Amino acid sequence: MIYAIVFLPLVGFLIAGAFGRWIGARASEFVTTSLLMVCAVLSWIVFFDVALGHNHGYAPILGNWMTVGALKVDWALQVDTLTAVMLVVVNTVSSLVHLYSVGYMHEDPDRPRFFAYLSLFTFAMLMLVTANNLVQMFFGWEGVGLASYLLIGFWYQKPSANAAAIKAFVVNRVGDFGFALGIFLVFQLTKSLTFDEVFAAVPGLEGEKIHAFGLNVDALTLAAFLLFIGAMGKSAQFFLHTWLPDAMEGPTPVSALIHAATMVTAGVFMVARLSPIFEYAPAALAFVTIIGAATAFFAATVGLVQNDIKRVIAYSTCSQLGYMFVAEGVGAYSLGIFHLFTHAFFKALLFLGAGSVIHAMHHEQDMRNMGGLRKDIPFTFAMMTIGTLALTGFPFTAGYFSKDAIIEAAFAVGEHRTTAMIGFVSTVVAAGLTSYYSWRLVFMTFFGHRHAHPVAESHAEDEPAAADAHNHSHDDHGHHAPHESPLAMLIPLAVLAVGALGAGYVFEPDFVGHAYTEFWKGAIFTGAHNEVLHEMHAIPAWAAYAPTAMMVLGFLIALYVYVLKPGTAQALARTFPRLYQFLLNKWYFDELYDFLFVRPAFALGRLFWKGGDGAIIDGLGPDGVAARVADGARFAVRLETGYLYHYAFAMLIGVAAVATYFIAGGLR
Amino acid sequence: MFGFGILSGVTFLPLVGVAFLLTQKGDDEASLRNIRWATLATTLATFALSLFIWSGFDQTSAAFQFVEEKSWLGSGLVYKMGVDGFSMPFVLLTTFLMPFAILASWDSIQKRVKAYMIAFLVLETLMVGVFCALDIVLFYLFFEGGLIPMFLIIGIWGGKRRVYASFKFFLYTLVGSLLMLIAILAMYGKAGTTDITVLLKTDFPKDMQTWLWLAFFASFAVKMPMWPVHTWLPDAHVEAPTAGSVILAAILLKMGGYGFIRFSLPMFPDASTHFAPLIYALSVIAIVYTSLVALVQEDIKKLIAYSSVAHMGYVTMGLFTLNAQGMQGAIFQMISHGFVSGALFLCVGVIYDRMHTREIAAYGGLVNRMPIYAFVFMLFTMANVGLPGTTGFIGEFLSLAGTFQANSWVALIATSGVIFSAAYALYLYRRVIFGVLDKASLMNIADLTPREIAIFAPLVLITIYYGVQPQAILNATQASVDNLIQTHTALIDAVKLAAAGQ
Repeated sequence: MIYAIVFLPLVGFLIAGAFGRWIGARASEFVTTSLLMVCAVLSWIVFFDVALGHNHGYAPILGNWMTVGALKVDWALQVDTLTAVMLVVVNTVSSLVHLYSVGYMHEDPDRPRFFAYLSLFTFAMLMLVTANNLVQMFFGWEGVGLASYLLIGFWYQKPSANAAAIKAFVVNRVGDFGFALGIFLVFQLTKSLTFDEVFAAVPGLEGEKIHAFGLNVDALTLAAFLLFIGAMGKSAQFFLHTWLPDAMEGPTPVSALIHAATMVTAGVFMVARLSPIFEYAPAALAFVTIIGAATAFFAATVGLVQNDIKRVIAYSTCSQLGYMFVAEGVGAYSLGIFHLFTHAFFKALLFLGAGSVIHAMHHEQDMRNMGGLRKDIPFTFAMMTIGTLALTGFPFTAGYFSKDAIIEAAFAVGEHRTTAMIGFVSTVVAAGLTSYYSWRLVFMTFFGHRHAHPVAESHAEDEPAAADAHNHSHDDHGHHAPHESPLAMLIPLAVLAVGALGAGYVFEPDFVGHAYTEFWKGAIFTGAHNEVLHEMHAIPAWAAYAPTAMMVLGFLIALYVYVLKPGTAQALARTFPRLYQFLLNKWYFDELYDFLFVRPAFALGRLFWKGGDGAIIDGLGPDGVAARVADGARFAVRLETGYLYHYAFAMLIGVAAVATYFIAGGLR
Repeated sequence: MFGFGILSGVTFLPLVGVAFLLTQKGDDEASLRNIRWATLATTLATFALSLFIWSGFDQTSAAFQFVEEKSWLGSGLVYKMGVDGFSMPFVLLTTFLMPFAILASWDSIQKRVKAYMIAFLVLETLMVGVFCALDIVLFYLFFEGGLIPMFLIIGIWGGKRRVYASFKFFLYTLVGSLLMLIAILAMYGKAGTTDITVLLKTDFPKDMQTWLWLAFFASFAVKMPMWPVHTWLPDAHVEAPTAGSVILAAILLKMGGYGFIRFSLPMFPDASTHFAPLIYALSVIAIVYTSLVALVQEDIKKLIAYSSVAHMGYVTMGLFTLNAQGMQGAIFQMISHGFVSGALFLCVGVIYDRMHTREIAAYGGLVNRMPIYAFVFMLFTMANVGLPGTTGFIGEFLSLAGTFQANSWVALIATSGVIFSAAYALYLYRRVIFGVLDKASLMNIADLTPREIAIFAPLVLITIYYGVQPQAILNATQASVDNLIQTHTALIDAVKLAAAGQ
């Protein structure tokens, strides 16, 4: 069954990719979507069997990948509870996104390619989560990176999409640089890259020092730190987050699948999978907590002022990923995975809902041009509201169980660890900010009055490529009538809404509650002194209610600013122009990196090329010599291959010398 | 077999084709077609014959196999051929890629077709000879002789600045090969033989090793090419016709790496250990420096040429780690680079044949009219940046894993190459393939022809197949690599013991 789950998307990719042109768009959609539906059903069966049932998992080996000395790597499909959770998340969201795309992309001429990429992504993601070793994980890791690159740049005629695609790939490569070094270090330490063998060797390495990079450091801390750099890249954490907002250049279903529900959570999955290493590296865990806390806060502040509906949700995703790392940083890995699980539902719901809004608005993404849409697209409005409730942690929705629990866990550990307390403060503040920007999005989009800007105009500015594909549709639909989306798009919304409402309540006992041991069956490792899941229930009431209070506060402020007294936002922006610009420009990270890395790289390249290769090496070497012998050699240049004769002559002399030497030697 | 062995058969079979070509007179279409088909048939037959080497090769043995020996030029000098795990894969790589080079020249070469084909067939003989020779003088003859046809190919069928390019190549190589020749003479003086199998067992004194190592290094470093003696390569690539670039990148560059494994590492173990830091330094400089240079190139071929220099940095670095992962990774990287860079130069050839320019700025938006081409180019771009699932990853990953155990700093800097390579490769791809097709000259550009698809299909399959199942190649090199490492370790230990005893 696991073979089918992993390889059916590959089959879909090959069919749609190779034959899409001949079988047509409709058939490509049908093939890929129905294969993914099968995968999703099978994944839930596996989930019930392995996670909820009593099956302890299995790991069929497909074959050897490479064996060189002690380094032995297999292709394997390991299934345990952690994998089963990811299978459900990936295949459920992926199949819904496939279905949704049938509606959303129906005007695009390149649909076979689009669906092929979606299926390719799913395959790579499944290889990632079923790996039984670090190298196969890296295979999936880079594979999803490739699919993400292709999908962000799907509208390849848009320069901004191309730039965003390259940025995503290269920034991810920075993370992969750390990941790869981490793999090398793990291999050096344990002489293996297979999870079981590595994890068995880790306890024996506790406290061991290693001499690397001129430092004498704790070996496991360094390994965990390097591996986490990979997670930072893939999960868009602070310093390596800059690619995620730009990735919104891709079609909206892509944002929902890759840049919200699945790929960006690969880093969270990685830390949970490698929990046996991280548990022995407390300093690395502290670093994870700090980075997660910084991201949660930073991304939430930027989300406050963005006007592009997708970018708001993108920053929200970034921020929520920070929450997951805070959970893992304080040792509550299962809680991080639980938030990953619930987040997949409500964030995919929000993105697809936003897609439905954009679809209704004829590819308008600027919220300043929206408003009052709740009457035009009531179903989408209802779905977006459910997603927002779940995200902000309204009682008994999914976010309430996972997100608030993270804040509690951070507080519990914070009582004896400073970094965790920083995590607590930052996540509580971020909870308020989250509530504010989420409701701001709802109010700006669905309430108030339509700002009837000529839609087609801004459309042409934002998406020239899409404009081509969609021009005719505007004529068909007329300009100013937002319309509800087709069923293919609404059904996925409804399914995800069910998850966003119920996933927390239903699964809380399994992931983090009393059924913890039977559910995880050892798939996540926690050290002997790790009691965070119990301690979090013994915190003072004020700390437990803090997130809910912040949620209400954020809601009320947003209500005041955008509904009760419109215009307040603009007034605030005028009052604090510096702060507003700072947030609007995303803390100037792009400008900083451009100044620090991109420009110097090109400048150095030019310097090395013209100066190093041109002036110094060639100048002192061949060209300099040439200048000196130019007079003597001038006649030779006129011959087409003049130097050849010189060369042949030189070689002949050489051969003659050898022959003479031997003949002389023979006479001796 | 027929009084000579299979290695001689594979080596000299192309000359049979040359003999046939010499009988062809006339310049009309019919005889040109004959010439092309005859050449292709020769290279295919050579490849088919070389498959017997592969199937008959005993992977568990580190010894030389299919050995042939005949006396030649009086005493001391012998004609001796044989392959082991180091050379066998390169023989196959050479014979495998030659048909592609011929096919790539099918329509693009219209001037002096016969001479061109003869040059390529002679080149094949000499290249296979390099990898099979078991006598150091014979090796030298093949090694240096191979440059003559390459000079001709660049010099006659090359671009505008072909004379400058050949001249540059000439200067660099001359210095290197003269030093190597002197070293060979010195080795003969010491060991009394030029038989490589005997030389491998000869203990050269430590001081002598240093000088011999440096002399060989001068030649191999130019050939690799290593920084800072790499500047001939971009010029040579830019001026060479497509097939010349393919062979230059895929096979001629590998002779430097092969030389290190065949001579420097096993024959001069002390010196190799002593100079390893120098190799590491030059390798990481090559990786970072040439990657940055590649980023700012305006000529597609130059960009890929610089990327080749960076990739060869992984090879030299991996070889001198002297551990299983590093060395096997380095050898695999050479083989993989043979497929991938060869294919990338073929990709450039496709659009050069259509537009007659290599300027990146002259292109843009090709995907609109050339979707199949865009796919093929994307695949090899990804293989070039080492995406897992392609051969590029295996070589990079293993050589870096090996390097990390030898020196973490070197590995750190070298691994940063994965960032740079992604940057320059994708930046190139974006400028050539993506975007709006708005240049008037490109409006009628056609997608791959069936002949071009036939060229790329095997390369695409092999790049993915060996990326997923690399063991066939790794197994072939394993016994020889293990043997070299063991011998080396034993020798170094013995030296240490002796030093401790004194």
